[in-house]
Amino acid sequence: MSAPLLRAEGLHKAFGSTAALHDASFAIDAGEVVAVMGPSGSGKSTLLHCLAGIAVPDQGRVLYGDVDLGAASDAKRSALRRTDFGFVFQFGQLVPELTAVENVALPLRLNGVARRPAEATATEWLDRLEVGDVARKTPGNISGGQGQRVAVARALATRPRVLFADEPTGALDSLNGERVMELLTEAARETSAAVVLVTHEARVAAYSDREVVVRDGRTRSPELTR
Amino acid sequence: MSIAKTFLGLLEGGPSHGYDLKRAYDERFGHDRPLAYGQVYATLSRLLKNGLVELDGVEAGDGPERKRYAITEAGVADVDVWLGQPEAPQPYLQSTLYAKVVLALLTGRPAQDVLDVQRAEHLGLMRELTQRKRGGDLADQLVCDHALFHLEADLRWLELAAARLDALAKEVAA
Ligand SMILES: Nc1ncnc2c1ncn2[C@@H]1O[C@H](COP(=O)(O)OP(=O)(O)OP(=O)(O)O)[C@@H](O)[C@H]1O
Ligand SMILES: [Mg+2]
Repeated sequence: MSAPLLRAEGLHKAFGSTAALHDASFAIDAGEVVAVMGPSGSGKSTLLHCLAGIAVPDQGRVLYGDVDLGAASDAKRSALRRTDFGFVFQFGQLVPELTAVENVALPLRLNGVARRPAEATATEWLDRLEVGDVARKTPGNISGGQGQRVAVARALATRPRVLFADEPTGALDSLNGERVMELLTEAARETSAAVVLVTHEARVAAYSDREVVVRDGRTRSPELTR
Repeated sequence: MSIAKTFLGLLEGGPSHGYDLKRAYDERFGHDRPLAYGQVYATLSRLLKNGLVELDGVEAGDGPERKRYAITEAGVADVDVWLGQPEAPQPYLQSTLYAKVVLALLTGRPAQDVLDVQRAEHLGLMRELTQRKRGGDLADQLVCDHALFHLEADLRWLELAAARLDALAKEVAA
């Protein structure tokens, strides 16, 4: 068996006296969708931040391929986040001054793609997420559900190897949430991206291949509890 | 829902007469549908035959109500197995899940474990339904949605119950 695309072992992370992660571990293969579940405050977002190199654990290692994220420089970590990782969060991630198509093109532009090809790719992704019609509108003038689809398009436009999604459907109604999950997992499968999907909703987690449960900063996989 | 398993769980608290078992069952799990005496004694004699309970004493007089039953080691093991294995997920499992959580609490077993094995099992079925829905027509989608929402409701209730038990355990420990 080949090594997983992204893996973490023995993660500890404290905020003051609060232990957010306590010996957490995680592994995900290319093309896999893994749901991270667990009660509020259990450490799901902290785990995601450590896996994505947004936060550095106090103890333990995160390996992306053979890169040790903890040992890498800040510059190397932010370069990886730009080129190899994509992010979708629950709220407020679009740049309010930019139109939808400019928002989606932004990460491509930051990676050095010229404006025209970047916006052409952005337009394709907006169509794919069924929000091509709002391409020229700014986030303040589209619905929350449309905004979330734009955010998913933006996260996928760079064809990330790993997509990190923290409650991506948290603010959407059932039908929109479902459609976003369908489109997101379809696109991820097609591009063999791994998806780390933080959610507390079982119907959303049902789009994953397997789940990891976080409780009190510890991770558990169902195969270990049986 | 299994009356036999529930009796075993209740007997873990100490030996009991059939009548008291029936009362405890009706109170906690009966939901306005009390057990018939026939069911009570049929269940107990089956448990006795299978070695999961034993007679703990028979008082003077005759009739089934004179017998006191105690759980055996095999009975405790049987409860362990029952609480440790998930129910085949299906909508409207509430009463069995409820019984499992309450009995885990009464017998000092971790309710979180009941939740964890059940979550895995429920999610397995929910994945299948989600797949089926993706390929299906509108009728399939509606049927699957109905099942998915009920399964989710079960899980949410279990999660809430486990969280409440956690809070309670912390209070007791403090
Ligand atoms: N930046 C921070 N500063 C201080 N404490 C924090 C910080 N981030 C998280 N925590 C604490 O760490 C613990 C885990 O938080 P985390 O955000 O990872 O939980 P979560 O599982 O994502 O919860 P939710 O489902 O509510 O989003 C919590 O007790 C939280 O209060
Ligand atoms: Mg969170």
